Amino acid sequence: MTDAATDQPLRETLLAPVHRALGARMVPFAGYSMPVQYPTGIVAEHKWTREHAGLFDVSHMGPSLLILADRSGDADRDHAAVAALIEPLITADVRGLKLGQMRYTLLLNDKGGVLDDLMVARPRDPKWSGALYIVVNAGTKEADFAAIEAAVGKRAQLHRADDNALIALQGPEAAVVMRDFVPAAADLGFMTCGSFPHEDTDLTISRSGYTGEDGFEILVAPDHATTVWNRLSSDPRVKPIGLGARDSLRLEAGLALYGHDLDETTSPVEADLAFALSKRRREAADFPGAGRILSELHGSPKRQRVGLVVEGAPAREGAEILDASGARVGVVTSGGFAPSLNRPIAMGYVPPTLAAPGTKLGVVVRGRTQPATVTAMPFVPHRYFRKPA
Amino acid sequence: MTTRYTRDHEWIRLEGDTAVVGISQYAQEQLGDIVFVELPAVGKKLGKGDEAAVVESVKAASEIFAPVAGEVTAVNTALADSPGTVNSDPETGGWFLKLKVTNRADLDGLMDEAAYKAFLETI
Repeated sequence: MTDAATDQPLRETLLAPVHRALGARMVPFAGYSMPVQYPTGIVAEHKWTREHAGLFDVSHMGPSLLILADRSGDADRDHAAVAALIEPLITADVRGLKLGQMRYTLLLNDKGGVLDDLMVARPRDPKWSGALYIVVNAGTKEADFAAIEAAVGKRAQLHRADDNALIALQGPEAAVVMRDFVPAAADLGFMTCGSFPHEDTDLTISRSGYTGEDGFEILVAPDHATTVWNRLSSDPRVKPIGLGARDSLRLEAGLALYGHDLDETTSPVEADLAFALSKRRREAADFPGAGRILSELHGSPKRQRVGLVVEGAPAREGAEILDASGARVGVVTSGGFAPSLNRPIAMGYVPPTLAAPGTKLGVVVRGRTQPATVTAMPFVPHRYFRKPA
Repeated sequence: MTTRYTRDHEWIRLEGDTAVVGISQYAQEQLGDIVFVELPAVGKKLGKGDEAAVVESVKAASEIFAPVAGEVTAVNTALADSPGTVNSDPETGGWFLKLKVTNRADLDGLMDEAAYKAFLETI
C-alpha cells in the first residue's frame, strides 16, 4: 500500500500486526497504515470509550526528548536554559513548568499562523532537568523536528522517540485500569507526566489525551510495545479503538485537529486557542507573530472557530457556511456525525459577529442549505481528572 | 423474485412492474455504521446509473446509483429515524426506494446472486 497523496510507501507502527490480527480495517493516514476501525465499528468504539476505556495506537505521532547539551546539574538553571531554547518557537511559558507538568501549546510561524499544536512537558524527576518531553502531530513531525533542531542548534539535542509505541488509554474507566497496570501512574493529575518502571522497562506516562475523557498516553520502548498493548487490551474494561472513533470523539470534545481546523493561516485567537498563550508570554509579547496575535486578542480576529449543531445530513469539511441572508460567511473545517449526541455536528470559521452561541446559520450539503446553530464547545462535556491541589 | 446486483453493490428485485432497490450486505459492511440516508422525491425519473440516494456513515458520504431506469414510486421513510436498518437488514428492511421500471430488459445485464458472489471474490 502507498499513500495516494505522496505515492510513498506507507510506514507501519510497531502494533500494525496486532491491529491486523484484531481484524482492523487499515487506511493510509499521515504516511502510516493505521487502523480506522475494528470489526465492532466506529459508533460502538466511540460509545465504549465514553462509557468504559478505549485503547488507541497513536504511535504515528511525534514523541521526542529535547535535551540541553551542557547541563550544569542545577535543576532549575538547566530547565530555564532548555526552556529559553524552545520558547521562541511556541506560545507556552515553558520556564514556569513545574516538575512533571505538561502544557498544550502552539508552534507558530512569523505571521502568527499555527504550524502545529503540540504537548510540552518538564520531566518529573529533577535529575532530568534540562530535558523536555515534546509530542507533535504525525503529519507535521518532520517539519516540526527540523524547525526545533534549526532553532536550538548545538545548544540542545532532539532525540526522536517515534520509533517507540505511543498508546492512549481513554475513558471514564482508564484510571481504574491504570490502577491495575501501573498503580503509581493512576495518581497523576490531568496534564502531568512521569516515568514509571514496569517490568524491565520504563514507561513515560502522561495524564492527557484528545477525546475529552480522562485518560493516559503511554510511551513504550519498541521491545515492550506488543506486551503493553496486549496487557491493557486483555482488561475486560478496555477495547481497541480506531482513528475513526478518535476523530468523532475529539470532534465532540471541541478539540481542533491540525490540518483541518488549524493550518498555517490560522492564528491562535481565530482558532479559539488563546488559552495556549501563557500570561508571561503575552505580557512579554515574545512569541512569533505576537503583533498580529495580540492585536486580535485585544481587538477582534477576522474569523473565529465555532461549533455548529447541524440539522439534516452531516456537513463535512469544506461545506460552505451561510448567514441568514444566504451569503457565504465561512467554511466547515471538521464535521460529521456525533455518536454520543446522535446528530450531526461540525466546526468551522465564521466572522466574530456571527460567532455567538444561538446564532442561526446555514450549511450547504449537496447544493442544499440546511439549518445550523452556533453552539458552545465542547459539544460533550470534558471529564478530565483535576487533582485536588 | 430473483434479486440482481450491480458492480456498485446495489441490489434490485422486481415485484410485478415495480423494482425494489437497496444496497448489498457487502456494501453495508464496507460503509460501516450508517447514520443518515438521503432519498429521492417520489415521482423523480431516474436514468440507469443516475444518483438515486446518498448514504452517510460516520466518516463519509457515498452515492447510490439507480441500477435501471425508472420513476420513483416509493421511498423507505423509516430510514429517516433508523438509518441503522441498512446495516442490520440491508437486503429486506433496509430497502431504499421502489422504481416503476422503464425497460425490463435493463435488468438482464445485471448479476444474479451467484454471479455477484463470484464478483465479490475478485475484489
